[in-house]
Amino acid sequence: MAKHVITCGINGAAISAEVDSGQTLLEFLRGELSLFGAKEGCGEGECGACTVMVNGRAVNSCLMLAVEADGCEVKTVEGLAQGGKLAILQEEFVQHDALQCGFCTPGMLMSARALLDRTSDPGEEEIKVAIAGNLCRCTGYLPIVSAIQAAAKREREETASE
Amino acid sequence: MSDHYTVVGTAQTRSEAWQKVTGQAVYVHDFSLPGMLHTKILHSPHAHALIVAIDVTAAKALPGVKAILTGADLPYLLGLYMVDKPILARHKVRYQGEPVAAVAAVDEVTAERAVGLIKVTYSELPAVLSVDAALAGQTLVHEDINELEYIKGAFFPQPDSNIASWHQTRRGDVQQGFAAADFVFEDELSLPQVAHAPLETHVSIAQAHPASNRVTIWTSAQSPFSVRNLLAKAFGLARADIKVVVPFIGGGFGGKAGIHLEPLALALSRACNGIPVRVKASREEEYNQLPCREGLRGRVKTGITKGGKITAMQLYFDWDGGAYADYSVNVGRAAGYAGAGPYALDNIELHSRTLYTNKVFGTAYRGFGHLETHWVIERHMDLLAQRLQIDPYELRQQNLLREGSLTISGERINANSGRVDQCLSAVASEIGWCGYRSAAERAAGIARGKARGKGLAVLHKAPAMPANTATGAIMQLNEDGSVIMLLGATDMGQGAYTVMAQIAAEILAMPLDKIKVSGEVDTDHSPYDWQTVASKYSFMGGNAVIRCAQDVLRQLKATAAQVLRIPVDELAHANERIYHVQHPEQFVTYQALAMGYTYRNGNAIGGPIIGRGTYLAPGLTNLDDNGQGLPALDWTYGAHGAEIEVDIETGEVTVLKIASAFDVGQVLNPKLCKGQVIGGVMQGLGSALCEEYKYSPDGKLLNPSFTDNKIPTAQDTPREIVPILLENPQADGPFGARGVGEHPMISVPSVIGNALYDALGINFYELPLTPEKIALAVAKLARP
Repeated sequence: MAKHVITCGINGAAISAEVDSGQTLLEFLRGELSLFGAKEGCGEGECGACTVMVNGRAVNSCLMLAVEADGCEVKTVEGLAQGGKLAILQEEFVQHDALQCGFCTPGMLMSARALLDRTSDPGEEEIKVAIAGNLCRCTGYLPIVSAIQAAAKREREETASE
Repeated sequence: MSDHYTVVGTAQTRSEAWQKVTGQAVYVHDFSLPGMLHTKILHSPHAHALIVAIDVTAAKALPGVKAILTGADLPYLLGLYMVDKPILARHKVRYQGEPVAAVAAVDEVTAERAVGLIKVTYSELPAVLSVDAALAGQTLVHEDINELEYIKGAFFPQPDSNIASWHQTRRGDVQQGFAAADFVFEDELSLPQVAHAPLETHVSIAQAHPASNRVTIWTSAQSPFSVRNLLAKAFGLARADIKVVVPFIGGGFGGKAGIHLEPLALALSRACNGIPVRVKASREEEYNQLPCREGLRGRVKTGITKGGKITAMQLYFDWDGGAYADYSVNVGRAAGYAGAGPYALDNIELHSRTLYTNKVFGTAYRGFGHLETHWVIERHMDLLAQRLQIDPYELRQQNLLREGSLTISGERINANSGRVDQCLSAVASEIGWCGYRSAAERAAGIARGKARGKGLAVLHKAPAMPANTATGAIMQLNEDGSVIMLLGATDMGQGAYTVMAQIAAEILAMPLDKIKVSGEVDTDHSPYDWQTVASKYSFMGGNAVIRCAQDVLRQLKATAAQVLRIPVDELAHANERIYHVQHPEQFVTYQALAMGYTYRNGNAIGGPIIGRGTYLAPGLTNLDDNGQGLPALDWTYGAHGAEIEVDIETGEVTVLKIASAFDVGQVLNPKLCKGQVIGGVMQGLGSALCEEYKYSPDGKLLNPSFTDNKIPTAQDTPREIVPILLENPQADGPFGARGVGEHPMISVPSVIGNALYDALGINFYELPLTPEKIALAVAKLARP
């Protein structure tokens, strides 16, 4: 298989790596970079467990080739907590019990992060649409929606006080 | 109730959440061992066929292939209750998707390529694809059914048939009961197989020792001790030779309760001279190789008086159990003592037949047997009410189990058993139930294009488990007086470890954050637990943890008595101290006692504090030939009330509100408890509205993917789910608590079906209640 050198930002750090042309971004993240947060629930873009952010958009990393990430900024669940502290979004997931088995959680968080980055005050329907591609079999989704709403509110308050 | 307690009953956040929101929670999915090989499986393309020949020559020659196994290499049979399942198909295949050969190779791509090179010649057989075909018995799925080993006394396979087990329950005299009735009504309802759909597919890694019987297995399984037990039986190994490790589990719902990929992983690792081998199911394999929930056809005949008192009931539950018995026979058994719902039925005859068919096999699925049988019974109750023109609320209230009633297996319900009548009235009041709407109101709704309806349904479930089910807990005090607790149960998201830590903190009178549950089960280190299934762990584990904490206190007080020179019976404990009941200033801290109390001169007494506690349900019995006995550890009762809106044009159902009440005895953690309710209701809505295995006429599964076999998404949520938790304590439950993990799913399809009748005046008898089915039925209504 042909090899390509790609350069991209991963959670803010610039990296350069050689990847196979057939390698998915998910395989690259897990296999080469040991970032195991993103999960493979189906490998077919149906479940969203592998969701990461690429240039600010939530994508199924199992459907994107690693070479396509060349020149992109990739953000994974490992990049959320900063400065020894959980991010607001993570804290609200914990508080609202927006997770049970936890397998969908990294992808769910990244879809939520992408949403909150493009709109600071999403409505309930908007949140449901944003996470509709992230399947969760445990929580019944409602606690996740509440967590995202609460995180949006706190983030807005934080921005206002800055 | 919770006012008496400090930690129990409080809304603590789950203890492992920080690992799950940071991506640090490690699942078997994330595991890798040096040199680990990867597996791909060749599946049967046929529902039923003889294997004439398998040629693996070309596959073996492929560089990177380390081992290829076929059924001929694996003369083992496995099974929880009926020992009927080979690791890889031997002589014949019994469902499309059944594993026929497995390749271990250096990577998945190589393994996949090798699978493509294996040539199998089949000779097709007629396939058994319905319960009727199974009952007819023209073709046998297991022609050797008469020779199969099984647990005698608990299961009843029928010779020369497709009946893996036939349970019968008889109380009173149904003929007399029917004779005493004013009316006798019959209904038939059914539901298809559905998938558990955990987000983490099944995955196991085995490392066999090359020169001994020893093996280590890392697996995404609910029941590590059962995996060990069944592996030991199948391979003839000592229990201590097998170490099963279960880290975080990405969802189970019963689908990971038995033994699944572990034996194949072990066989492949052995074939590779002890190199670790991983077997990981793809999403497609999750649907068509690994087990699902059984399908069911239920036929019910009820004798009833004009006033709505049931005088007799006769039930036939025929389970589409698929190719292997697995849990299905136990699902059938559970239906035998719980399948008639939470009703007082003096005259009952119930038959529950688990049938072999040439389809994906069934297993345990959250509340096993109950969602299915309650679809039959709780729709039937509404159908009875319609015929008698009685309010279905009143009909139910009149027949529900109450203090003094006997269950159909002959257990007397008492004041501590919980109150299903209260659950029903709570949900009826929450949704504002006031009887069926009138025909005119219905017609108006349909004319508007949005028809609304309300429904009610009740439920009960006790853990389906052997009478001698047991569990254990171990606690060790650390040097700083904090506690590490070892448990044998797995926490797959239900929050067991958080709740167990709360119970320990309550008994030990210490802060919750000083109690840590070791979050990985390892059969070499963890105390025994039968299986994490059946909504029994809060009850059983909770009681074991209480005893374990009391054992710790006993040890602390024994040493403290010497240190303080105060008799044990004058010692009390609080705030991590043991102190004199009257003079609390005379105290010694847990920390000072943890590793043994040390005097100034260096002398020490006591010793490391290590507590143990076990729980074994006392007094449970097997069922006799008439299904009589005491199988139930505890009954948790519940009820749902729902209001829905049907889009007349599309047939789509929107759940506006669903209120779900459960008599949990004592809420141990309201946050986690409500989480179970919301999640379970949503999973029940999947069964109600969209989930279904679809087969081609020759038995091929047509929809083995999330695209074609949908589970609910965030856009399918009800506008409102209202959990209602009642607290009529269970005298032998931990702090009075009962289990509730599975119950929220049960009767959700029934309540939606009942609300659909209220909305449309149409009765549906088959799940799922898809827009297509509803729109077609509405169209028929318009053109009679």
